[in-house]
Amino acid sequence: MDRAATADKITALIAPFNKKNIAVTDATSFAGDLEFDSLTVMDFVAAIEDEFDIIISMNAQAEIETFGQLVDAVVKLQG
Amino acid sequence: MSDSVETSVKGDLFSKFDPLIEMRKNLLATGVTDPFSLVMEKVISPTVAVCNGRETILLGTYNYMGMTFDPAVIAAGKQALDDFGAGTTGSRCLNGTYAGHKAVEQALCDFYAMDHAMVFSTGYQANLGIISTIAGKGDYIILDIDSHASIWDGCKMGDAEIVPFKHNDIDAMEKRLRRVPAGAGILVVLEGVYSMMGDIAPLKDMIAIAKKYGAMVLVDEAHSMGFIGPNGRGVAEEQGVLDQVDFVIGTFSKSVGTVGGFCVSNHPKFEIMRLVCRPYVFTASLPPSVVATAATSIRKLMHAQDKRAHLWENSRTLHAGLIARGFTLGTASPQSAIISVIMPDLERGAAMWEALLHEGLYVNLARPPATPAGMTLLRCSLCALHTAEQVQTIMGMFERAGKKVGII
Repeated sequence: MDRAATADKITALIAPFNKKNIAVTDATSFAGDLEFDSLTVMDFVAAIEDEFDIIISMNAQAEIETFGQLVDAVVKLQG
Repeated sequence: MSDSVETSVKGDLFSKFDPLIEMRKNLLATGVTDPFSLVMEKVISPTVAVCNGRETILLGTYNYMGMTFDPAVIAAGKQALDDFGAGTTGSRCLNGTYAGHKAVEQALCDFYAMDHAMVFSTGYQANLGIISTIAGKGDYIILDIDSHASIWDGCKMGDAEIVPFKHNDIDAMEKRLRRVPAGAGILVVLEGVYSMMGDIAPLKDMIAIAKKYGAMVLVDEAHSMGFIGPNGRGVAEEQGVLDQVDFVIGTFSKSVGTVGGFCVSNHPKFEIMRLVCRPYVFTASLPPSVVATAATSIRKLMHAQDKRAHLWENSRTLHAGLIARGFTLGTASPQSAIISVIMPDLERGAAMWEALLHEGLYVNLARPPATPAGMTLLRCSLCALHTAEQVQTIMGMFERAGKKVGII
C-alpha cells in the first residue's frame, strides 16, 4: 500500500479518537494536539495493528510522535 | 500550573514532578490524612497494628497466610541471626551464598515440585532480572497491559521488542503472537492474580495459545502462592497448566511473610542465570535470618489446607457483604484474596480511606498510574488469620464510612 493510501486509512482510524475534530496533518502530534492518553494510545495502536496486520512494538511507538511519523512507520512495517 | 509551585527554577530536574506535587498538595489541602505516609507504631499480630495511636485492623498487607508471627518462623530467624549474623555483605555469586540460601531454594523446589529455584533479594528484582536477561535483542515480549511495574521495568531494562495486549484478552494476545516475525524468540508474560482488581487470568487458554506459537511462558504468581491451587502453587496449578509454565516468578513478601523474590523453572539450562542475571549478581544477598524464616514458612505452607480454606471463606464473606452494602467491586465474584472497592474519584477515595482509618481499619488506597483505566481503588487483602468476627466488624466499618462519605 502506498503512502497516500496508508495515510487515508490511518486518518479514518483516528476519527473515533479525535474528540475535538482537529484537522490532521503530518505534523499533528498524538500527545500534544490530539491529547491521547496512555489508554487511548493502547486502543488506537491496536486498531492500526489490526487494520494493517502488523506489530508496532512499544520500542517503535517511542519513536513516533506525529501523524507523519506513524504513516512512515506503518508503510515500512508493511514491507 | 508550574507557577504555583515555589521551587520552579530553570534547569531544575524536579520540574517534571510539578503536576504530581500539585496534585498531592491539593489533596492534602482538603485536610485528609496523607494516605501514603502512614506509620505503624506497633504491630500486634498479622491482622492488627497500632496506627496513629489507634488499634487498627489490617486489611491491606498481602500477608495472606499470616506467617509473619508464626512461632516456628520467628524461632528460625532468631537462630539464624545467632548462627550466621545480621547480613551476608555479599553477592550470591561471591561471598553471599550461605547454607540458608541453598536451603530456601531447596524448599522452593520442593514446594513447586520443580528442578531449579533462584532466590533474589526482592520480588521486584526477580521480574526485573529474569525478564531483562532471557529476552534479548530481536526477541519479542508479549505481555498483559495491566502487568506489575516490576514486569514493565524488566521489559524496559532489556533489549527485546515489547508488545502489550489488552488485559486478559485472549484474542488480542493471539493476534500479536501471530504477527511476530518468523524465527524470533517469544516470551509471553502473564500474572496469575492481577493485584489491582484481584481478578485471575485464564491461564489455561492463554498458555495453550502461547505454546502453539512456540513461545516460552513466564507467570508471576506473587498473589496466589500458598492458597490458590491444590498445593498452593498458584493459578497455573489450579487450572492444571503448571507443567506448561517455563518460569514461575514469586515473592516472599506476601504469603511467605518476609522479603525476597524467586524464580522456579524446569529449564535444563536454568542454572546459567546465576552468572548472567545482573539484578541477581550485582546486589547483596538476603540476610541469613530472612532466608531462614522464608524456608520455614514455605515448608509450613505446604501443609496449610485449613488456613487456605478459612482464607477463601473470608474472601467470599467480605465480597458478598460489600456487594450487599452497595459497593462497586473490581470483580463480580471473589477470585482471590484481594477485594478491590472502586471509588468514584481520588478525592472521595481518599476521604473514604481516611474514614475507614478513623473506624480502625487499614486498606490500600491505589491510584493511577498503578491502577488500570485511571481508577481510584480501595484495595483490601484478606488474611487467613482474620477471624470470622473481624470480617463482620470490617463490613460494619465499611458501611459506616461509606455512608459518611456518601459513597453508598
